[in-house]
Amino acid sequence: GTVVDENGDTLPGVAVLVKGTTKGGTTDFDGKFKVTLADGEDVLVVSYIGYKSQEIVVGTSTNIDVAMEVDAEQLEEVVVIGYGSVKKEDATGSVQAITASDFNQGAITSPQDLLNGKVAGVQMTSSGGAPGAGSTIRIRGGSSLSASNDPLIVIDGVPIDNEGVSGMQNPLNTVNPNDIETFTVLKDASATAIYGSRASNGVILITTKKGSSGKLKIDYAGNVSVATVPKTVDVLNTNQFKDMVNKRYPGQTNVTDLIGTNDTDWQNEVLGSAVSTDHNVSVSGSVKDVLPFRASVGYTYNDGILNTSHLDRTTASLGLTPKLLDDHLSINVNAKFMNVKNQFADNGAIGSALGYDPTQQPKDPADVYKRFDGYHTWIDQGTNNPITIASANPVALLEQKDNSATVNRFIGNAQFDYKFHFLPELKANLNLGYDYSNSDGRTLVPPTAAFAFATQGDYSPYKQTKKNELLDFTLQYTKDLTSIDSRIDIMGGYSWQHFWREEYSYSNNFANDQDPPRQPERTFRTESYIVSFFGRLNYTFKDRYLFTATVRNDGTSRFSPDTRWGLFPALAFAWNMKKEGFLANSDVVSGLKLRLGYGITGQQNINNGDYPYLPTYTSSQNTADYEFYLPDGTPYYSTTLRPSGYDANIKWEETTTYNIGVDYGFLNDKITGTVDFYQRYTKDLLNVIPVPAGSNLTNQLLTNVGDLENKGVEFSINYKAISTSDLHWDLGFNVTYNENKITKLTQVNDPGYKGVFTGGIAGGTGNTIQIHSEGYPASSFFVYEQVYDANGNPLEGVYVDQNQDGLINDDDKVRKEDPAPNVYMGITSKMTYKNWDFSFAGRWNFGNYVYNNVASNNGYLNGIYTSTGGGYLSNRHADILTTGFNDAQYFSDYYVQNASFFRLDNIMLGYNFTNLKNGALNLRVYGTVNNVFVVTPYKGLDPEISGGIDNDVYPRPRTFLVGVNVGF
Amino acid sequence: CVGDLDTTPIDPNTISGANVFDDPSNYTKALAKLYGGYVVTGQQGPAGQGDIGGIDEGASQYIRRYWELQQLPTDETINGWADGNLPKLSYMTWGSNNEFISALYSRIFYQISICNEFIRNTNGVDITVDGISTQEMNREARFLRAYSYWHALDLFGNGIPFTTEADGVGKFLPQPAGTLGGSELFNYISSELRAIEGDLVAPAPGQESGRANKAAAWMLLSRLYLNAEAYGLSAKYDSALIYTNKVLNEGGYSLVTDNQGSQYTAYQTLFLADNHTSGSEIIWSHNENGLRSKSFGGCTYLTHAAIGGSMNASEFGVNGGWGGNRSMKTLTGTLQFKSADDRNLVYTDGQQEEINDPTQFTEGYAIAKFRNMTRAGVAGSDPTGDVVDIDFIVFRLAEAYLNYAELAARQVPGASVSQSRIYMDALYDRANVPDADKLSPTELNSVESLIKYERSRELYWEGVRRTDLIRLGQFTGGQYVWQFKGGDKDGVSTPSTYNVCPIPSSDLGANPNLKQNPGY
Repeated sequence: GTVVDENGDTLPGVAVLVKGTTKGGTTDFDGKFKVTLADGEDVLVVSYIGYKSQEIVVGTSTNIDVAMEVDAEQLEEVVVIGYGSVKKEDATGSVQAITASDFNQGAITSPQDLLNGKVAGVQMTSSGGAPGAGSTIRIRGGSSLSASNDPLIVIDGVPIDNEGVSGMQNPLNTVNPNDIETFTVLKDASATAIYGSRASNGVILITTKKGSSGKLKIDYAGNVSVATVPKTVDVLNTNQFKDMVNKRYPGQTNVTDLIGTNDTDWQNEVLGSAVSTDHNVSVSGSVKDVLPFRASVGYTYNDGILNTSHLDRTTASLGLTPKLLDDHLSINVNAKFMNVKNQFADNGAIGSALGYDPTQQPKDPADVYKRFDGYHTWIDQGTNNPITIASANPVALLEQKDNSATVNRFIGNAQFDYKFHFLPELKANLNLGYDYSNSDGRTLVPPTAAFAFATQGDYSPYKQTKKNELLDFTLQYTKDLTSIDSRIDIMGGYSWQHFWREEYSYSNNFANDQDPPRQPERTFRTESYIVSFFGRLNYTFKDRYLFTATVRNDGTSRFSPDTRWGLFPALAFAWNMKKEGFLANSDVVSGLKLRLGYGITGQQNINNGDYPYLPTYTSSQNTADYEFYLPDGTPYYSTTLRPSGYDANIKWEETTTYNIGVDYGFLNDKITGTVDFYQRYTKDLLNVIPVPAGSNLTNQLLTNVGDLENKGVEFSINYKAISTSDLHWDLGFNVTYNENKITKLTQVNDPGYKGVFTGGIAGGTGNTIQIHSEGYPASSFFVYEQVYDANGNPLEGVYVDQNQDGLINDDDKVRKEDPAPNVYMGITSKMTYKNWDFSFAGRWNFGNYVYNNVASNNGYLNGIYTSTGGGYLSNRHADILTTGFNDAQYFSDYYVQNASFFRLDNIMLGYNFTNLKNGALNLRVYGTVNNVFVVTPYKGLDPEISGGIDNDVYPRPRTFLVGVNVGF
Repeated sequence: CVGDLDTTPIDPNTISGANVFDDPSNYTKALAKLYGGYVVTGQQGPAGQGDIGGIDEGASQYIRRYWELQQLPTDETINGWADGNLPKLSYMTWGSNNEFISALYSRIFYQISICNEFIRNTNGVDITVDGISTQEMNREARFLRAYSYWHALDLFGNGIPFTTEADGVGKFLPQPAGTLGGSELFNYISSELRAIEGDLVAPAPGQESGRANKAAAWMLLSRLYLNAEAYGLSAKYDSALIYTNKVLNEGGYSLVTDNQGSQYTAYQTLFLADNHTSGSEIIWSHNENGLRSKSFGGCTYLTHAAIGGSMNASEFGVNGGWGGNRSMKTLTGTLQFKSADDRNLVYTDGQQEEINDPTQFTEGYAIAKFRNMTRAGVAGSDPTGDVVDIDFIVFRLAEAYLNYAELAARQVPGASVSQSRIYMDALYDRANVPDADKLSPTELNSVESLIKYERSRELYWEGVRRTDLIRLGQFTGGQYVWQFKGGDKDGVSTPSTYNVCPIPSSDLGANPNLKQNPGY
């Protein structure tokens, strides 16, 4: 016989079995099948994923044609939520899922790039362009100042800790982007409260691809890319530099004699195009139809545009999803393994390249440089050794410093879902998870490196082992109560999680023979536990009134027995208005749902170790001992024991969220989208504040003192602009407005308290440029207001005397702008025409400001020559031609610059070859450009700076990529 | 598994406070931290696991912070680094938000807090560990607490928060010792020192262990009483003389006059890497070591920060200069050193004496006083040349001589100018100054001359200048100005406000019981 789909096209891979047996097979590429029947075997079961299963009575026919019907229920979108899933139309919280088909494509080693710009309310800022760089992810603005603002990330049901893994810049890199099926972002408290104390900053649930029954399927994806340097910092060129030195130090031969004869573009010497490639193979299918599986391996070779930076990554994953006991027991086993070898380049080379004298050359044949392997360096005329405070030769920094790390990580879990035989409405679920990582890295610098001359080179190994063990157990009862037109779904559970880590560090000279070493061997160990009880009730009335109540009681080992338990409740109500009589038959409105949510979540990841409430004593390393003397003058060294400050009453931060949202669809879902309004109030905000002097064993303590609020609106719209048989065009757009304000910051009301200084900058020691203060957004810039001359050029050292007391001091600093955008938007477009497809994705940020530390720290004339050690020269930022500043003006608001931008992140053109080998082979070829262009008024290299201080940021490359996907 | 939540530290270097003293050897380690608090900034060395926050750990070092506030606002020193509000220390224009003043304040009260903790844990404990009784340790901790309280009094006045071992650890708001100009803190410090003085170990001239002894307590009492008037109290020169005399007569100390064959002079050997074996002059020092007791403060800072321009760092036993501290013509001008004088360690090559731009190291003569070299001319123990071995001298005999001379000039009964002549001549002889240039009778009888010039000649850059100028009444005001005093190139008068530092606004914010010093 032949099996066809709802359009009458033949359907390969359909399972055709004799009822009650495992006898049978699957349809071939033409949808044909052949079964030989024994006596009494006269019913065939025909099944295929996404279609309704059918039983066909054979009778005497020898040729049977089967037309499959789409299974509407199976197709219905299901979204995963914590400890379960709901039909999308029944979701009551602010939840958004992005599936593989919507992901950004190309040149991607970091999973978060897949959804950058796709989800309203989610902002991602990569930490730079280094291979495998991490990102800062913020969901609806941060709810903390000093505690973590990272969302909780749950991979296949295992919450991972995002405190990072040594030797790896991005904890998410554990998952190969090709293995990811869905990202689900839980935004409001009614959705996240089930994760209680870790949910204040939203939750991202990642599910990986699974095997399915049916024919064996092999997929290969591969690509090759070239990353290019999009832009370099404008510094003085060689002639401008020489002129500047000669003009400033006329006749001073001790200065002008330092000028060399070369013409070196140092940025060019350290940055360059880089080629990378990525390959993945996956196999999925089912062993004897009882053990569906998916296995994959991937390999990434990624060179960075900063010379010597490199990443090699190998990943492997295995997923098994068998069903046993008459489908009463579903087992879901996932194992992911990753090995990454990182070669880190010293980012300091970027800063050194700006400041290094362009009249010198990277390698200088003069004899005096021979002992530094020929690298030019500034020599102290007294000691004949390198001048310790002069900047290092950037090329030497890259080529003589070997900083590499190998990380192995395994994340695995086994989930057992059992539907009770005697009570099928009741299900028990046991999830056991294990996340293990092991890092081994080291820095190695030879003693011939001028920048490490004083320390006779460097040998600094480090190791880290992390373990995260999880046990979750839930019971779920679901029942349709038709008599009262209701449905209830009750879930209760217990969760236990243990985090453990051990770190080792050491540091010595290159030969490792200095005694005692620069830093003695040091092992650090710590652990924490979270134990939780939680429950959720979903009640549906008349299929359109949906109530959800959630509660989680979390206990953490990080707080004292008096404060460690926190209760986090949430309530949500949704009204599916489309199902009401007045809309049910509307042709215009195809979907309309109102959602109201309220909930409290907590934060226990307070960045202050695992024992902030306990009095502890810490021993000194043997480089921090105290020296006493015996009567004959012989020294002896005593280990010291330091009592640490602590806050016995430290407890959770609590964030209360209110959310009102509408999900809408018009014109048969040609237009769909959501609107959400939210307010989030964080109380007991943890803040490092000065403790009253004398009252504790430290001067600053992390304690619960402040309040903070975030308010915002999110809007998203998806528009199926064209939908014909040949041409499809989908457009997506989302916009978020978020306002962040600190409302309280101290225990004592003190009008004179300016706030918490934060945001350390390069230049001087201990200089900060930002402040957390009441009534202002977190990390606002705290600066002097620059006065300009008639031509609009800044006047050196002339600032607005805000309090008119004739002095310019801290009291004249103003809070001005902040690094977070007020409005951010994402746009995506996807067009397909016959076999071609074309898509692009871009983002706007508005109202984000950046402190241009690159310009402020290199843009003053005095720094061109420093007399120490007989003198050395430094190049200057071209900004000096505008400002003419003689001395550094670190605190001028001139350097706080508008960094709003539009970035076209990605464009892609692809072609799908169909009907190759009679449909047995799918082939897709595509090309993408990443980081296509940026439009911005910002004067620095790249306006997108996490934290808002632009200094030594690894430039984001522009990447051109061609790739191929093959399916068998 | 709810019981799993009761965790205790599993780190090998961390001990729970509840049972730390189950091991008696931890008493000596905890005491060592009290001494180490003046030298090392954290438990890692030279940086890492810092004791206090809010400032770069290297710059947070106790003596570095103390020295800068005692030297930079004076006629002896200027620093040109563009570190936040650091220039305002040199200009005497600081405010209550000055992070460097806050850091010193934090250091002082951190030190007092850990002393309180130790005293609390040793009160009523009487066992002997490593040959030292816990009661002896307890008294040394009380000495160190009094020493830091004296810093607090001298710099911030009597309105500072006052705690003892009777106060616990946690969220409470300490009460101020009193109001500015009151006598509470002064009386507390003097009574504490007098109470423990007799029980401290005896002086061992030339064999100092680094632990506080009787003579250290006498020296501190001498300083305390000498400056009573500066704290708004009635003069206590009689008491100052009592304790100065104890040092002079009962201590057994003597000036270092023998350079032991070194290329350096006897005076210079006091500031070398092996100064702890220079002789019998040093009464108490904060001991530093380039390998085992590392920081970016103390003498490491004093040595590196004073090197710049054409100075050869290798002659100072370090790997380079930080180009920060120089002197001014008020120190280096002919006014200060009369003729050939071993104490004149000014470096002029490539430097100009007049300062036009304080950010330029080459303006203002450099000072070559601290050297990380041994008497034998070998660089200190740290092969990288980063951290020095020079011990920072807190008290040395020369200061007792100068205190005596001043008391004699003040005509305090019992102090004689003839004895003062002997002491002053000894300092001049040690410095190989020609007899003709020794102190004239007028100078010997002039308090101003002794404080303004004699103390500077002997003790310049040793971290006592601010206190001395305040006692003389010439730190603020217009009677005596120097370059960049008040922020003006030629120096201007400054208000008397600056005789005490502001209570940091951060602590006023944290503790409403405190009151800001007037003028801030």
